Amino acid sequence: MIQALAFLTNPQRFLAFSRWAAPLFGVLAAGLLLAGLWLGFSAPPDYQQGATVRIMFIHVPAAWMSLFCYACLGAASFLGLVFRHALAEAAARAAAPLGAAFTLLALLTGSLWGRPMWGTWWVWDARLTSVLVLFLFYLGYMALLAAIDDEARANRAAAILALVGLVNLPIVHWSVNWWNTLHQPASVLRPGGSALAPVYLWPLLIMALGYMALFGSLWLVRIRGEVWRRRAAALAVQAAGRS
Amino acid sequence: MTGFLVLFRRELALAWGRGGGPLLALAFFACTATLLPLAVGSQPARLAAVATGSAWLALALASLLSLERLFAQDYEDGALDLLALGPAPLEAVAFAKCLAQWLAAGAPLAFAAPLAAIALGASTALAPLIFVAALAGGLGFSFTGGIGAALSLGGRRGGVLIAVIVLPLFAPPVIFGAGAVEAMAGGLDWRTGLMLLCAYSLAAVALGPFAMAAACRNALS
Repeated sequence: MIQALAFLTNPQRFLAFSRWAAPLFGVLAAGLLLAGLWLGFSAPPDYQQGATVRIMFIHVPAAWMSLFCYACLGAASFLGLVFRHALAEAAARAAAPLGAAFTLLALLTGSLWGRPMWGTWWVWDARLTSVLVLFLFYLGYMALLAAIDDEARANRAAAILALVGLVNLPIVHWSVNWWNTLHQPASVLRPGGSALAPVYLWPLLIMALGYMALFGSLWLVRIRGEVWRRRAAALAVQAAGRS
Repeated sequence: MTGFLVLFRRELALAWGRGGGPLLALAFFACTATLLPLAVGSQPARLAAVATGSAWLALALASLLSLERLFAQDYEDGALDLLALGPAPLEAVAFAKCLAQWLAAGAPLAFAAPLAAIALGASTALAPLIFVAALAGGLGFSFTGGIGAALSLGGRRGGVLIAVIVLPLFAPPVIFGAGAVEAMAGGLDWRTGLMLLCAYSLAAVALGPFAMAAACRNALS
C-alpha cells in the first residue's frame, strides 16, 4: 500500500497509470452497477417492506461511500498537509464534490425510503442528522476552498478543516449507539453474522463494489483534471512572461 | 508564563472592549430569544416545549457573532505577524484568544441563557443545569469556533464562511447540552449528556489551539 502510494507520487507516473486505470474502473463500475441493479430488481419483495426494500441497494452503499469518501479526503489532506505533496492536495480537492454527491444521494434515497416505511420524509434521528452534518462538512470544505484566492493557501486551510472534520466521522458511526432511535442499527456487519438474507446481501455488496469502482474512476479523472489545470496555469504564466 | 499572562490580559481587554464586547453578544442573544415567540406563537404550552432547545440555538448563534473579529483584526493590522514572531508560540496565542473570548462573551451568555429559557417557559428548577451546560458549551463553542475564524483568514466573505465552517462543528455540543437539559426536564439521567458536553469542550480546548495555530501560520505564509 505504502509502496503503491510512493509509486503514484510522481505526477508523470500517475498520469500514465490513471490514463488506463480510470477507464478500467469506469467499465468495472458500469458492469457491477448493472449486475447489482439487475439482481436487486429481480430479488423477491420483502415480506414487510414490499418492493421498497430495493431502495436499500442504492441507499445503503451511498451511505457507506459518503463515509469512505470522507476518509479518502482526510487521508489525502493529511498527506498533502504533512508532505506538502501537490498530487495529494489535488486528490483532496477532487474527492470533496464526489463525497458530497454520494452523501446527497444517501440523504435523498433515505428520504424516499422513509416516506413509505416510517410515514414521514425526514426524521430527526441521530443517524440521519449526522449524515446531514457530514454533508454540511463537505459544503463547508468546498466553500473554504472557493473563498481563498491563493490556491496553495486554500489547499492547506481546507486540509486543516478536513482533519478537524475527521472528528466528525466517529461521531457519525457511534451516534447509532448513543441514541438508539427510529433508524435501525447497522445490520450487515455485526458480530454473529449478517442479519440480511443472502438474496439481498449479494446485490448490496455488488452495488457497494460498483459504487467504489465508480468513485475510483471519477476520482482519478478529477485528479487528472486538477493536474492538467495546474499545467495550463503554469503555461499561461510562462507565456505571459515571454510576450 | 508572564508572557502568556500579558497576552491573555491584552486579549481579554480587546474582547471585552472591542465593539461592545459582551453587551453586543447579549443584545443579539436577546433579539433571537425575542423573535422565537413571534415565529412559533406565544401559547405557553408550545413555547415551553422548545424553550431549552431554542436557548441553545440562540447561544450557538450568539457565540458565532463575535468570532469574525477574533483573528481577522490582528491579521489585518499586522499584529498577528508580530505575535507569530514573539516568544510565545502561536498555539498559546490562540489559546489566550479563545479563553478571553469565552470569558468576555461566553460567560455572560451563560448567565443570560437560564433567564431566556425561563422567560420562554422552562421550569425554574432547570436553571442551574442550563447555566452549567451553557458555560461548558460556551467553552466548546469558543474553541471550535476559533478554528473556523483562523481558517477563514484571508478568505472573502469571512463572516458567512465562518458560519458555514463552524456550525456543523457546533452540532455535538448542542446535542449533548440540550439533551442533558431535556433529560433533566423529563426526570431522566442528565449526567451523561453533561459529561459528554464537558468532554467535547475539553477536547476542543486541548486540540483546537493546534489547528488554529496551523491555520494562522498558513494564512501568514
